[in-house]
Amino acid sequence: MVKKILLMGNPNVGKSVIFSRLTGVKVIAANYPGTTVEFCRGCIGSGASKVDVIDAPGTYSLEPTSPAEKVAVALLERAIEEKDTIIVNIIDATNLERNLNLTLQLLKKDVPVVVALNLWDEAKHIGISIDAEALQSILGIPVVSTVAITGEGIKELVTHLANAKTGEYHYVDEERWHEIGRIVDKVQVIKHKHHTIGERLGDLTIHPWTGIPIAVASLFLLFFVIRFIGEGLITYITDPFFDSLWAPVMMRISVLLGADSLLHKIIIGQLIDGSIDFGESFGILTTGLYVPFGAVLPYILAFYFVLSVLEDSGYLPRLAILLDNALHAIGLHGMAIVPMFLACGCNVPGVMATRILETKRERFIAATLMSISIPCVAQTAMIFGLLGKYGARGLLPVFVTLFVVWLITGNLLRLLVRGESPEIFTEIPAYRLPHFPTLMKKLWMRIYSFLREAVPFVLLGVLIVNLLYALGAINAAGRAIGPLTTWLFGLPFEAVGALLMGFLRKDLAVGMLAPLDLTMKQLIIASVVLTMSFPCIATFMVLLRELGITGMIKAGAIMLCAALLVGGTLNLIL
Amino acid sequence: MGRISLTEMEEGSEGSVTSIEGGHGLRARLDAMGIRPGVNITKVSGQFMRGPIIVRVGTTQIAIGFGMATRIIVEV
Repeated sequence: MVKKILLMGNPNVGKSVIFSRLTGVKVIAANYPGTTVEFCRGCIGSGASKVDVIDAPGTYSLEPTSPAEKVAVALLERAIEEKDTIIVNIIDATNLERNLNLTLQLLKKDVPVVVALNLWDEAKHIGISIDAEALQSILGIPVVSTVAITGEGIKELVTHLANAKTGEYHYVDEERWHEIGRIVDKVQVIKHKHHTIGERLGDLTIHPWTGIPIAVASLFLLFFVIRFIGEGLITYITDPFFDSLWAPVMMRISVLLGADSLLHKIIIGQLIDGSIDFGESFGILTTGLYVPFGAVLPYILAFYFVLSVLEDSGYLPRLAILLDNALHAIGLHGMAIVPMFLACGCNVPGVMATRILETKRERFIAATLMSISIPCVAQTAMIFGLLGKYGARGLLPVFVTLFVVWLITGNLLRLLVRGESPEIFTEIPAYRLPHFPTLMKKLWMRIYSFLREAVPFVLLGVLIVNLLYALGAINAAGRAIGPLTTWLFGLPFEAVGALLMGFLRKDLAVGMLAPLDLTMKQLIIASVVLTMSFPCIATFMVLLRELGITGMIKAGAIMLCAALLVGGTLNLIL
Repeated sequence: MGRISLTEMEEGSEGSVTSIEGGHGLRARLDAMGIRPGVNITKVSGQFMRGPIIVRVGTTQIAIGFGMATRIIVEV
C-alpha cells in the first residue's frame, strides 16, 4: 500500500517546483544548489487514495556530505524500511550523466522508483536530445519528461506513479560510471551549438578581471533598486494612505474614546500636539499598524523582489566564487554568502540556510555572525525611517560599524572556534531568465509569511508595551538598568524599554526610539546595540534548534559582550 | 604533454584526469560530481590569490577550492 511519495534528486534540478506542482503546497525554489535544506510535506489525492508527498533536499550521491544531504538520505532509509513509499527521482536533463549516478544508486535499493526527466525544454534548447523511451527500457522503470516550471508532463508523471517498480538494472559498484557512460551513449545525442549569449555573459561574470567589477556594480545597483522601490512605495503609497485616509478615522475614534482613558492609550496612544503621529503615538491601530504596513512592508516587498530575481537568475553561486577568498578570512567559504543574503531579509531563514555548509564549525560561525551583525529588512527599514533624515551621515555609521563588526568577529571566531572549514565545492548552475509568474508567487509567499508571522507580533508588542508602561514596569526597568546604559552607551533611561523589546520584534524596538527625542549619535548607538545585542525571539528559537543549548549559550555570550563593547566604543568615538 | 595539477593548467585548456591524490572522502565527493580518473575536464577560469578553480566537466560547470584542485592531476 503506497502512502508516501519521496522526491529525490541532485541539487537544483527542480524538485521543489515539481513538489509545488504535485501538491499545490507553495515552497521556496531558486536557481542555486541547496535551496531546500529541510524536507517539506504535502499531499495529493483525497480520502482513501490520499498520498503524502515529501520534498527532500538535493543530494549528489547516497553518501551525504552536508546536513541537508543527510536529511535526504535519512528520508530514503526510512522509506525503504517502511515499504510504503515510491521514489520520484528527478533528473536534470541538461546533466544526464552526472544525474544518473544517483539514479543507479537508487536502483540498487529495495524501493520502487519513477524517473522525471526535468528541464526538458532547456535540454532541447541547448541541443541535447534524450530518448526517454530508450532510457525507460534500459532502466526498467518509468521515465517521464517534464518541464516543472510550466507544468508540462506533470499529469503523465502522476499517472505513471502506479507503474513505479523496484529497479532490475544490475551492475557492479566499481563499474557504475562505466555503466552510466554506456547508457548515456545509447540514449543521448548532443548537437554542437555555438556559445549562447547567456554562456558568454556567464563566463564574463566569473573571470576575476571582469567578474569583480560586475559584482561590485551589481551589488550597488541592487541596493539602489531596493532603496528606490522601498522609498517610492512609502512616499507615494503608504504615507499618503496613512496621513490622509487613516489619520482622520483614528481622530474620530480618539474623540470617541476620550484622550485620558486607558483604552485610548492602548488603541490610539498619545496625541502629539493634538494630532496623531504614526511614528510616535504608539497605539495598536496607529503605530502598531504603521510599523508593519507603512514602514516595513514596502521594504519587504523591495528586498524580496530583488532577492528573488537574484536567486532565480543563478548569479548567487557566481558571487560566492568571487567572494570565496574574502569569506576565508572569517573561517567560511564562498557559499556562505547564501545564508548571509537570506539573513538580510530575516535571520530565521538565514540560520536555516547555514545547513548548506558542511561542518559544525562553519555553521556556528555563520549563524553567530548573522545574528550579531546582520539586521533583518524590517529592522533596516525602521533604521532608514529613523536616521534617513540625516542622510549618509546618519546611516553610514550604523552599517559601516556592523560591517566592521562582521569582519572582526568573524576573524576572531575563525581563530577561536575549533574544527574544520572545508573549501568551496559547488556546481555552478546555468543562468536562467527568472520565470515571472513563479517569481511573483515566491514574492507573495514571503510577504504572506511576514504578514502572518510578524504582524501579530508587532500588534502584540504594542499592547505589551502600553500595558507595561501603564503598570510602571518599563520605568522600573529603566531605573534599574538605566544607569548602566547611560554610562556605557549615553542613552537615556527611557531607551531601556526599546532595548528590552528587541527580544520580541526588532522593528518595533527601533520604532520605540522615535518618541524619545534622541540625538543622531544616540540613534546610531541604539540602532547598532539593538542589532547586535540579542536575537529576536523567532531567531532565538531557530538558533537554539540549530546550534543546541551550549552553542546558543556561547553565541549569546558573544553577542552580549560584542554589543556592550561596540556600543561603548561608539559612545566614546562619535 | 605532461601531468600537472588543475591549478597549473592554463585557462581554456582541456585535459584528462589521471588521478586524485586524496583519501576516500575527497574521491567520493569529486566522484559524485562526475570528476574521476579518465574524464575530460576544461579549465574555465581561476581566481586571484589562490581562489577557487572553475572547470567544465561534460555539461556541468563546477567551482573547486584551490587546495582541492591541487590534488586533481590532469594530463594535458
